[in-house]
Amino acid sequence: MTAAAISARNLRKVYPGSPDVVALADASIDIQDNEFFTLLGPSGCGKTTLLRMIAGFEHPTSGTLTMHGEDLTNLPPYKRPVNTVFQSYALFPHLTVAQNIGFGLEMLGKPKDEIKETVGEMMELVKMSQMADRQTGQISGGQQQRVALARALAPRPKVLLLDEPLSALDFKLRKDMQLELKRLQTETGITFIFVTHDQEEALTMSDRIAVMSAGTIRQIGGPRDIYDRPAERFVADFIGDTNFVPAQIAANTGNDAQVTLSSGKTVTAKMPEGTALTGKVTLAVRPEHASIGAEAAGLLPGRLSEIVYFGTDTHFHVALDDGTGFVVRSQNRPNETLAFSTGDRISVDFAPGVGQVLRD
Amino acid sequence: MAKRFQIQQMPGFRTIAVVTFVLLYMPIFLLVIYSFNAGTSIAIWEGFSWRWYVSAWDNQQVQEATIRSLVIAFWASAISTTLAVLAALATTRTRKFKGQAAVFAMINQPLMVPEIVTAVALLIFFAMIKVATGYTGLMYLVIAHTAFCIPFAYLPIRARLIGMDLALEQAAADLYAPPFRVFTRITLPQLWPGILAGAMLAFVISLDDVVITEFVKSAGQDTLPTYMLGQLRRVVTPEVNAISTVLLGISVTMVVAFTALSKLKT
Ligand SMILES: Nc1ncnc2c1ncn2[C@@H]1O[C@H](COP(=O)(O)OP(=O)(O)O)[C@@H](O)[C@H]1O
Ligand SMILES: [Mg+2]
Repeated sequence: MTAAAISARNLRKVYPGSPDVVALADASIDIQDNEFFTLLGPSGCGKTTLLRMIAGFEHPTSGTLTMHGEDLTNLPPYKRPVNTVFQSYALFPHLTVAQNIGFGLEMLGKPKDEIKETVGEMMELVKMSQMADRQTGQISGGQQQRVALARALAPRPKVLLLDEPLSALDFKLRKDMQLELKRLQTETGITFIFVTHDQEEALTMSDRIAVMSAGTIRQIGGPRDIYDRPAERFVADFIGDTNFVPAQIAANTGNDAQVTLSSGKTVTAKMPEGTALTGKVTLAVRPEHASIGAEAAGLLPGRLSEIVYFGTDTHFHVALDDGTGFVVRSQNRPNETLAFSTGDRISVDFAPGVGQVLRD
Repeated sequence: MAKRFQIQQMPGFRTIAVVTFVLLYMPIFLLVIYSFNAGTSIAIWEGFSWRWYVSAWDNQQVQEATIRSLVIAFWASAISTTLAVLAALATTRTRKFKGQAAVFAMINQPLMVPEIVTAVALLIFFAMIKVATGYTGLMYLVIAHTAFCIPFAYLPIRARLIGMDLALEQAAADLYAPPFRVFTRITLPQLWPGILAGAMLAFVISLDDVVITEFVKSAGQDTLPTYMLGQLRRVVTPEVNAISTVLLGISVTMVVAFTALSKLKT
């Protein structure tokens, strides 16, 4: 296997102050060529800091950063084959759209006609050909966004960094740009490192996601891994809706475990990779992976406390006998009559292997 | 809701305002009017004439002093603006360094130290150099003017640099521009209104200076203001008014241009 496009080892960034801010705490990550890789996490978790270190605007406090095996530590930003789409776009206000897009190529000393050709292609790619001679102040936010993208793509960087590029756009435009970005990434084959705090955006666009919290990387995996097999409570909670079910490990068989629930019933659950948990644990169960049925039939008995209709699906809120709450989401079908009504004694059920044991 | 304090509604506001404006502008107004006086008095109006403008224009001493003033102002503003750009970059575009506040204060020293103190200090200092080198040219005045013009050039440039989006310079570096090209291609084109404003301010300040010039100049090195001061000690004619009016015109033009430039968005 070739070396990763970007590889961080125990990367740490401390902003001195009183008190010091640990923006990134020994993060390790490998990003492969051609990947659409997303850094996902709440505001302030260190996403921008990591991106800025890859771009070369911040110096790591400790740890190493390599690109295709080459050490980046002492390489200034202008020598890194990495381009950034800034959150604020940072278009040069005194240059036209075409001059902005051609800036990188110009700095690389490319011949004039080659610059002209590439700029033309780039404007085509982001559908801005009509705007070549506009001043950047004379185009809309969505168009500025496209110019920023084209400007960063034009020099064909090995890695493209995108810092919440869609957060300033309205809903409709954001949806369009999500598809657009994915298309551009596939077409150009450039490695994208995309930062967002929007879990849905991350799930729909990414090949792999790193979920971050408080300067650490909590889990790295494909969208399905992250969603179906969250390794810990933070990840399960941050991405999608989750029921947290108290449980006791009865038997551990490596990848799976038999867990005993508060009702005394036992079910098979998945274990997080590389852990040997025993005793009390928490099980994560997605609302759409569970169902409700007759009181004696399921795993967790309780009382149906609320039914909320959502059009595409219905949410059943259940007050379990162990005192916790549980939400079941079930897809609506035509001409369906509900078997239960609010106040009924029922039970919640889920199939073996659906529950995910969490590392705390 | 409590009523906001509004100074316009205080008793006597109107009177104070009117008196202040009259005191400020009446003398200037009279100066301009009497520059067109046909008579030789600066107090008795004898009809309209361009006579004192013509007389000033033909006066060889005025010509020489004017050229000298312009030469000094040109060099002082050019040099001080260049230095001010460097100083502004050093105080806004570098990592925070120890004593940065002290450096800032030192750059602005001429705004705080009484001018007469600087004048005496320069007089003594330059006298020593004159003795040592024998050089008595205009350089002393240029250097002295450069020194006190620096803060005036520095402040608008610094303000512009602080107001500039740092992300632009980072974006340029990200797009393979080494530091010097970032400066020439990104920083400088956006800085120029600040630089021009600083240069104009420095130019006007230099043009206007009396105290330091009076102390530093050698014999026969009168600038326009020191020449006028010298004239006032002898016979006062409306010629002085005429010269002042022209200077006023230049200053007002420059200040208006300066204001327009400071507001200019890139
Ligand atoms: N230049 C800086 N100086 C001091 N603290 C900073 C600086 N930049 C970021 N931080 C702090 O580091 C932490 C991570 O910031 P950041 O990487 O911007 O997070 P994110 O992009 O995930 O919102 C935050 O607590 C932030 O306040
Ligand atoms: Mg951020």
